[in-house]
This record gives sequence, structure tokens and C-alpha cells, in this order.
Amino acid sequence: MDRKVAMASFIEVKNLKKYFPVQKGFLETILARKIEYVRAVDGINFDIERGAMFGLVGESGSGKTTTGRLLLRLVEPTEGEVLFNKVNIFTLNKEEMRTFRRRMQIIFQDPSASLNPRMRIGHVIGHALEIHNIGSVEERKKAVLNVLERVGLSPPQAFYEKYPHQLSGGQRQRVVIGRAIILRPEFVVADEPVAMIDVSLRAQIMDLMMELKREFNLTFLYITHDLATAKYMCNEIAIMYLGKIVEMGSKNEIFNNPMHPYTTALLSAVPVPNPKLKPQRIIPKGEIPSPINPPSGCRFHPRCPIATGECPRKEPELTPIRHNHQVACYHPGEIIKRLNL
Amino acid sequence: MSIPEAILEVKGLQTHYYTRAGVVKAVDNISFVIDKGETLGLVGESGSGKSTLGFSIIRLVPPPGKIVGGKIIFAGTDLMKSKEEEMREIRGKRVSMIFQDPMTSLNPLMKIGDHLTETITTHLKIKKDEALEKAKALLDKLGISPERINDYPHQFSGGMRQRVVIGLALALNPDLVIADEPTTSLDVIIEAQILELLKKLKADYNLTLILITHNIGVVAEMADHIAVMYAGKIVELSDASSLFDNPLHPYTKALLESVPNIRLSEQTLKWILGMPPDLLSLPKGCRFNSRCPHAFKKCFETEPELMQISKNRFVACYLHG
Amino acid sequence: MVRLWITRRFHIRGSGRFLTLTGAAIIALIAIITLLAPIIAPYDPIKRDVGGAFIAPNSQFLMGTDLHGRDVYSRILYGSRTVMLVALASTLLSLIIGVPIGLLSGYVGGKTDRVLSLIMDSIYSFPGLILAIALAAMLGPGVVNMSMAIAVVYIPTYFRMVRGQVLSVKENLFVEAARAIGAKDRTVVFNYIFPNVLPSIIVVVSLNIADAILTEAGLSFLGLGITAPTPDWGFDLKSGQPYFPGVPGRGSYWWLITFPGLMIIIAVLGFSLLGEGLNEILNPRLREGE
Repeated sequence: MDRKVAMASFIEVKNLKKYFPVQKGFLETILARKIEYVRAVDGINFDIERGAMFGLVGESGSGKTTTGRLLLRLVEPTEGEVLFNKVNIFTLNKEEMRTFRRRMQIIFQDPSASLNPRMRIGHVIGHALEIHNIGSVEERKKAVLNVLERVGLSPPQAFYEKYPHQLSGGQRQRVVIGRAIILRPEFVVADEPVAMIDVSLRAQIMDLMMELKREFNLTFLYITHDLATAKYMCNEIAIMYLGKIVEMGSKNEIFNNPMHPYTTALLSAVPVPNPKLKPQRIIPKGEIPSPINPPSGCRFHPRCPIATGECPRKEPELTPIRHNHQVACYHPGEIIKRLNL
Repeated sequence: MSIPEAILEVKGLQTHYYTRAGVVKAVDNISFVIDKGETLGLVGESGSGKSTLGFSIIRLVPPPGKIVGGKIIFAGTDLMKSKEEEMREIRGKRVSMIFQDPMTSLNPLMKIGDHLTETITTHLKIKKDEALEKAKALLDKLGISPERINDYPHQFSGGMRQRVVIGLALALNPDLVIADEPTTSLDVIIEAQILELLKKLKADYNLTLILITHNIGVVAEMADHIAVMYAGKIVELSDASSLFDNPLHPYTKALLESVPNIRLSEQTLKWILGMPPDLLSLPKGCRFNSRCPHAFKKCFETEPELMQISKNRFVACYLHG
Repeated sequence: MVRLWITRRFHIRGSGRFLTLTGAAIIALIAIITLLAPIIAPYDPIKRDVGGAFIAPNSQFLMGTDLHGRDVYSRILYGSRTVMLVALASTLLSLIIGVPIGLLSGYVGGKTDRVLSLIMDSIYSFPGLILAIALAAMLGPGVVNMSMAIAVVYIPTYFRMVRGQVLSVKENLFVEAARAIGAKDRTVVFNYIFPNVLPSIIVVVSLNIADAILTEAGLSFLGLGITAPTPDWGFDLKSGQPYFPGVPGRGSYWWLITFPGLMIIIAVLGFSLLGEGLNEILNPRLREGE
């Protein structure tokens, strides 16, 4: 067997871009000469190995949520490719895409909003089977009851007939997870799956996802702004800022050897549940600029404590710096040295 | 070191919500003391009653909620006995509140400067120009350029707006500030900025702060004392170090063990089985009994009282007396 | 007793309860007289001279007789059949046409939506009664034609309401979730969007019927639609109108217009109350914690 083929990544993202036109008022539309775009995702490249729990980390405006949607083609790209086992999902027609969706599913952030309030739980989960004509009515019901049991909603018969508003937030999220796995997908995008769950219940949901990943050999894209969760869950991490990936690598590399000033700032910013460890923070000045007019050159340069002349001129490329560690910066690793951390 | 003086003493506070489905005892017999200059962290999850407690202290509980019992002794006066006009005097000037969502706590039609000057002139009998000067000085302290005094809220980002909200709360140098999830809706780095700002202002103004949050990391960083709330009651009240070193209440212990810590390389998170109780039909005995790995017979019979274990440590659990 | 049972069964509370129940009660009454008219009515409504013309209400003729000697009470009872038939038929027609077009337009968007919206807005911009009059005049007399004329007036109402709802429901996360599991557009519309639009439609239906009753009465009053001697409240209102001031020496023949007028008001009130009550019940339910 050709080693190269065996090593090819499960999912490959190539130069992915998504620009959203800015909604303008009537007068502005007439008077303005050019349309402005929100550059939500502005040319990103990464690969996801089969079986990975790939963390996509960023703050608001980073483009992480849009990236998740693009990978499932829930939104059409402005440019770029997403190869799923060498098949570019953007070249599939409507019907092919529909069938392809069986292999890729999503877990949303808001468990209440992602469930149809007028559909019973059994139907919420089972509808996917119906849509793809899988099994008889009896077999489908059995499969749904199985899934309910598997995601911890027991006794499954009781939950089958209920409506979403009769369930708690944590239970609803389990339903969402159930819906995502019933088609036995290969790839799951989890968009901030525990952000709206109570703190003490998060661990269970996260562990559930990990169990299911092992059991069904799933590959995850885990989108979050919470670095502590990313560290707990993921084995590969990509840090996004203003539509670009600024640093990417294995969990150990990112958390133990952060190279990009933004990554370092993020890591130092997180409050630690230990009163004896007072955080030593690197706080970039100002706030995240608008994705309509991102800064020239390196997008982080206006806020970066160590930016020099090169930084505003040309955007740095994502370059390998260590084993399984890439960074887009002209001064990687310097911030830690300079600030003696 | 100065002798701590109590600025707020809450005794047996009861706040109930009279809903269509029944009475929800959101705050059920809560008592605690806060000293001047102290930061009390109020930690709990949804349904714990922490926000309701915050609103109760300032007597702004929205209907169908109502404070039905207890005392709120603020600087010697029982606020429960104060008339509404007296409360209006106190709110904003002596006790102020920082709400969670900076998007909705500011009036989109009012300039930032007007927000500040209005608060100032409502309570202080000074001229508008003087108030404006004070407002500009405040913006500077908050890290906002004073030239932006005539801007509208929508021209500011989320983090900046939250700074303005903090500014409004501090404009009159209140004796007590209640912050309800002040950083929950903010990005990580902005959250860090706000926390650092709060720490600075705390030191500069010798603020007494009640910090309501579900974020264990935030409370570890900011609070001197921590009260852990569960289903309307305080289950543990302790100084921050002791709480994290040696949590006494099983809920506290489980909560701390369920939160990911970014400083640890390998972690196993523990679960708390079951779900928070339905506040409309509370179990007999300790409210945590069905989820507690150490529960025994007595836990299902009578509710444990908050008892003092040592100086600065209180817990409501039969495992500890 | 019945009120309590209904309240508990449907979990109706507050002012919504009062409005809905009162409305429902009135509608029930109307339904009874509509359905049971042949049994309840003492006389044939079109038979002339059952007692003599212009007899004031008495024990024999509960609501008196009209200019042709017909029993007003019987005409009122049978009149509800005409009125309700037209109101319900026109509402049904408006529904069947307006809702699907609204669903399509809202979901598909783009040029289709713009064209359809333009057409619907044009119709909508005509004052309802004027449009109904124009159409009824064009189509000619008869119950069927009247129903069609009134239907056209209300199609845009359903269109706009459904389209608006579709536009907002479309943005919901659970709709995106449906697409994510591979649902076809058709499935998304019928299983995910439509059920969430339905409660609002029900409210509009009730208010629509109320409006249709009024419009029908208006058209009949103007002589467009109902042909004599069909019993109809609007038509009878018109026939009785000249006699209201009275005949010299005899006083006002008030019963000729009072009873038809009252029935129109009661019927409209019933459906309006029901619609408003349902609105209060169905919309608050979208709040948390129910």
C-alpha cells in the first residue's frame, strides 16, 4: 500500500474563504461605489486526521463558527475547497450533497434553539433516518430508543414522547448529540457544545462526546472560545484570529510552547480556579478590530506588544516551526522570552 | 491592618417568586456578613438563587418575585424597613449594581456622557459642568478616551460598554457594588481586561464588592470570601484559599472537580450525577441529597443548617457537624 | 362546570381565557342556530304573509314580521346559514391560496418573493370593502360569487402574515439543523417551518371570519350579492332601513333593523374575541417555563 495515500488526511481544507456582504441602508446602497465585505474566514488551510478531536479556538470575530459551517457546507464558500476523503464537497450537486450529509453532522451551541419546539424528541432524532429512508418504521423506533439510552436519557420510552420544552438544558443537548450520531456519521462539528450548559453538567456532556467518539470512531471539529475546555478535550488545536489561523499544532505544543503573541495572551488571560495562582497576564491593547477592514500585514500587529516594522507590511504565512507546530508570526516565541515568563 | 467593619449583614433573607405553577423559594433563609473592602464571591449555577440574592439586597426583585422575610442591614440601617424614596437615594449612590449584559444595560439613545452625568446629578447637588468634568475623569480611569464622552453606546464595543457600565456603578463611589456576571458575555481577553480593571478600581476606591458568577476561575482570582449557593441556600461559606484547598461541602467539592483547569496537563473531570432539584418540589432534607455520594439517613430527613466550623468557615452539611 | 373543565383541559389562564371562552361561547351559539335553523325556526323564512306585515314583536312572532309579512325570527335563524356559509367559504378560499403562496415566497426569497410581494401588496393596498364591492359588482350576484370576491380581499393578509413568519422561523437554528441532517426543502417547510407558523394562522382565521361577516353584511346591504328572498342579515338590514324612522302615525318599525344588526355585531364579536383570546394564549406560551 502506498504510504502517502494511507497518510492522506481525512479532511483537507484549502484556502477557504467566506466573505459576507455588509448590509447597507437604502441611501448608502445608491451612493456607495463599492460593496464592503465582512471577511469572516479569509484564506485558511488545515488538515484533520481521522479520529482526531481537532480544536478550533478563537474569540468573537475569529471566524471559527463560520469555518464549522463551511466544513459542512451549511454555508457556501466565497473561495476554497474542503476535501472529504479527497472529494471536494463544494463540487457536489444538491442531491449528492444531501446524501453526503449522512457522513457529517453538527452539534450546536444552543440546545433550546436547535430543537424544533413542535416536534417530539423521538421524531427529532428519528427524522434523519426517515429522510434517508433507513429502515422500517419499527426499526427506526428501535434505533432511536437505542440512541436515547446511549446518550444517557433513560428510560428512553419516557423521553421518546416528550417535547423539548419539557426537558432541561442538559437533556436537550443530549438529544442534539443523539440526533448527530444516529446516522453513524464519520465527522462531527461541535460548535461550543457546552457553553450554554451549567458548569457542573459540562463534564458529563464532554465525556459523553469522547465516549461516542471512541465507540463510533468519529472525527470531531471542536469549536470553542474556552481554552481550558479545549485543553481537556482536544489533541490538535488551531488558534484563529480575525479570519486566519495564527497558530496550529498538537495540544502539548500549543499549551506548553505557545509561539504566537496572541496565543500567549489568550493563555495568560484565562482565569485559573486556584486562588494561589494569580495570573500573570499579557494583555494586548485595544479590542478586536472589525473584520470588514482588517489591519494590513499581520492582523494582530496593532495590538501586539512586540510588533516591529515588518509586521504591518506583509502578512506572515503559517509556517512549521517545530514538530506538529505551525505559526504565522515574524517573531515566534519571542514574547515569552522578552517578558521573562 | 484595620479592624474589619461589617458593611452589609444579611439575616434570614427570603425571596420567593409567585409563579403560575407555584411558589419558588429562590432565596431561602440566607444569612451572611460582608466587611468593608472585602470581595465576596457568590458562586452557583442556574437555579441557585445567586442573581435573585443580588437583586434582593438592592431591593429590585422583579415581579412575580417578592422579598418575604429577613433583614438586610446596610451600614446600620435595615433596608427592609426603608421606604422606596429612601431606597432610590441609596441605589446608585451607596449601593450600585453592574448587570450582566452591557448591550441592554445602556440606553441606546443616550450619549455615554449623559448616562454618567445623569447618575451624578441625580444624587449630588452639583452643576452640570462639574458633573461633566467628573464624568470625563471617570472615563479616563476606566481606560476610555475622555473625548468619547459624546459617543453613543452603539459606537462602543462590548468590552468598552461594560467599562461604562462599571463606571456608572462607581461614579458616586458607593459603599457596596453588586456585580452580576460582569464578564460572562465577554471574550476571554476583554474579560481579562475587565478583571484587571476591577482589581485596580477595587484597590483605588477600597471597594466592597459582591461578585456573582458561575465561573470558578473568576471567583478564585477576585474573591476574598466565597459563598457557594445551591437551590436557594448557601451550602458553604469560606475564605477563598480554604475553599479551594479543602472544600467541605460535597457539592463544592464536586463543582471544583468538574471544572477544567488550564494549568493542569492531565485532568480527569468528575461528574455530579443527577440534576438540580425542581424548586417547586424540593426534596425532604438536604437539597443535595439525591446527588450526594456521601448522603446518609439524616440527610433525607432534615435540612442541615449553615454552621460555623472555624473562623471564616461555614458549611451546611451533616458530614461536618 | 363546563367552563372549568375547558379551562383545565386546555390550560388556559388569564385574560386569554376569558376572551377565548366568551368568544367560543358566542360562536357555539351561532353554530347551534346555523345548524339547527330548520328545527328551531317556527316559520318558513321566505313564506310571505304568515301573519301580516309590520307586526311588532309579540309572543307569536318573537321578533315581529317584516314588510312582506315574513317572520323576522325565522329569517334571522336561517340568515345565519347564509352569512356563515359565505364567511367560512371565503375564509377557506383565502387560506388555501394565501398560505401556500406565503410559504413559498418566504422560503424561496429572491425574485419570486419580490414579484409575489408586489402583487400581494397591490391588492392589500385597496381598502377591503371597496375591493370587495368592485369584485362583487364584476362577478355578479350569488353566494358563490360573493365568497370569491371576499376571498380575494383577504388572500394578501394570509400571504403577508405567513411570509413574515416564515422569514423569521427560517432563521432559527433548528431549521439549519434540519438541513444538516439532509432534509429536502419540501421537508424543511412542511415539518419544521409550517408547524411553527400554524398557531399564528389560527388566530388570523378567527379574525378573518369576523371581518368576512362584516364585509358580507356590507355587500348585501349594498345589494351586491344576495338575491331576494334569501334570508340574510345584511340584506334584511337594508330592506328594513327605510322603515326605521317610522310611518306617520305608527312609530318606528325598529325590529326590522335591530335584530339583524344585533346578530351581525354578536357574530363579529364572537369571532373577534376568540381570535384575540387565542392570540394571548398562543403567543405567551412561547415564553420560558410553560
